[in-house]
Amino acid sequence: MYRGLLYLIAGWSGFFVMAIELLSGRLLAPYFGSSIYVWGAIITVFMLALSLGYLWGGRASLHAPSLKRLALILLAAAVTTLPVLLLGDPLLERLSAVLADPRFGSLAAAALLFFLPTCISGMVSPYAVRLLVADKASAGHLAGKLYFVSTFGSAAGTILTSFYLVLYLEVNQILMLMLTVSAIVGVLTWLRPPPAPA
Amino acid sequence: MSPAAATQKLVHSEKSLYREVFVYEDGNTRCLCFTRLCTIGRQTCIDLKQPDRLVFEYTQMMLGALYLNPDPHSILIIGLGGGTLPRTLEKLLPEADIDVVEIDPAVVAVAGQYFGFRQDERIHLTVQDGRAYVRQALRASKRYELIMLDAYEHQYIPEHMLTREFLTEVRSLLQPAGIVAANTFSSSRLYQNESVTYRSVFGQFYNLRSGNRVILAANGPLPSLDEAARNSHHFTTAFEPYGFAAPTILAMFSTKADWDPSARVLTDQYSPSNLLNGPP
Repeated sequence: MYRGLLYLIAGWSGFFVMAIELLSGRLLAPYFGSSIYVWGAIITVFMLALSLGYLWGGRASLHAPSLKRLALILLAAAVTTLPVLLLGDPLLERLSAVLADPRFGSLAAAALLFFLPTCISGMVSPYAVRLLVADKASAGHLAGKLYFVSTFGSAAGTILTSFYLVLYLEVNQILMLMLTVSAIVGVLTWLRPPPAPA
Repeated sequence: MSPAAATQKLVHSEKSLYREVFVYEDGNTRCLCFTRLCTIGRQTCIDLKQPDRLVFEYTQMMLGALYLNPDPHSILIIGLGGGTLPRTLEKLLPEADIDVVEIDPAVVAVAGQYFGFRQDERIHLTVQDGRAYVRQALRASKRYELIMLDAYEHQYIPEHMLTREFLTEVRSLLQPAGIVAANTFSSSRLYQNESVTYRSVFGQFYNLRSGNRVILAANGPLPSLDEAARNSHHFTTAFEPYGFAAPTILAMFSTKADWDPSARVLTDQYSPSNLLNGPP
């Protein structure tokens, strides 16, 4: 149950990141177009944010790691996505006026809107590995399983968003839906009673 | 198209950032294609013996825009293809300044090498995403008398260029009596969404349908069919070298709303054009 929850959080976080990445292309397109530069900028920002997130998530797991803190990481990723919904259009409007170049304009836009939530989402996996692993012998096995659910979640988030969600919902509705799921998973994890001492 | 596939030969192919661009020849016809063997998605064809002749009906239909405004001095064309539209408009309209926007540098290169596209003092090319160009042009207070949207293909539609917001930007970029001509689609579910989206921005428009679909809409009040008929007379002889008859295009003008008015309008928030254009 405890482990199941860790896998669920990692899988959902993977789903969340890729769905946001896909939608970010939609959000930027009216201002910077959808040329290869725009996608290049988006992917660069997401990869950079994730890489630093892994680093900081691992470091954060050194100090009193707990499920409650992992819940906070998940909630923080959701909260830092809110500016995309609330300020996205005015910010993109301003930015595209100042930085019209599709490369650096979209790079700056993607960094401002998506770096923080993606970076925080990246913290989830290494942090969850720390909570999963009880002994050295099983560490690789459990980390492998966690990578599996996390990346599988990413695949699911990509295909569901691009093939189905955009056909029924507006971009902001999909974002709201994702934030709601993150909030529910985060709050339920936070409220879960601590595991009985072994 | 099917018997031709056996005799056509590949003349040139070029990989670009977005796709592979092919040039095929079949007898006297040379075509620019975005798919191998040109099975679908021929972008431009020219007749090598009569290079002025407009091989595709849709290019003829796009020129129907001149029935609504016979002498536009400033023209914007989004989507170059083989450059047939700018080349033809430059010859037809000696006063016109033509801006062309194309996202793919490889298309520009092939249009120049194989389809005789040239920039000159009246044709200016910008390699850029069409929507980004429109926004920058608005900011720079440019205005056009005629805007042609020729950026949609059967295999891929740039979804950000088929939304209410984009069309509103295009409309803002038109002069008060400016005209927009869009080469779009005649089949698939997308027809319904596309129609209500244009309707939501331009009100009534002329819908020209055959194997293709061309939408002609106006920034101001839509010129009447009588006015279009009168203007079409100016082009009776002018269109002859291009291999089609002015009245044939006029006969296609229709304001009948032959779509489902309850279809969902495409917006920047909701624009699954490629999914809607696919099989149901």
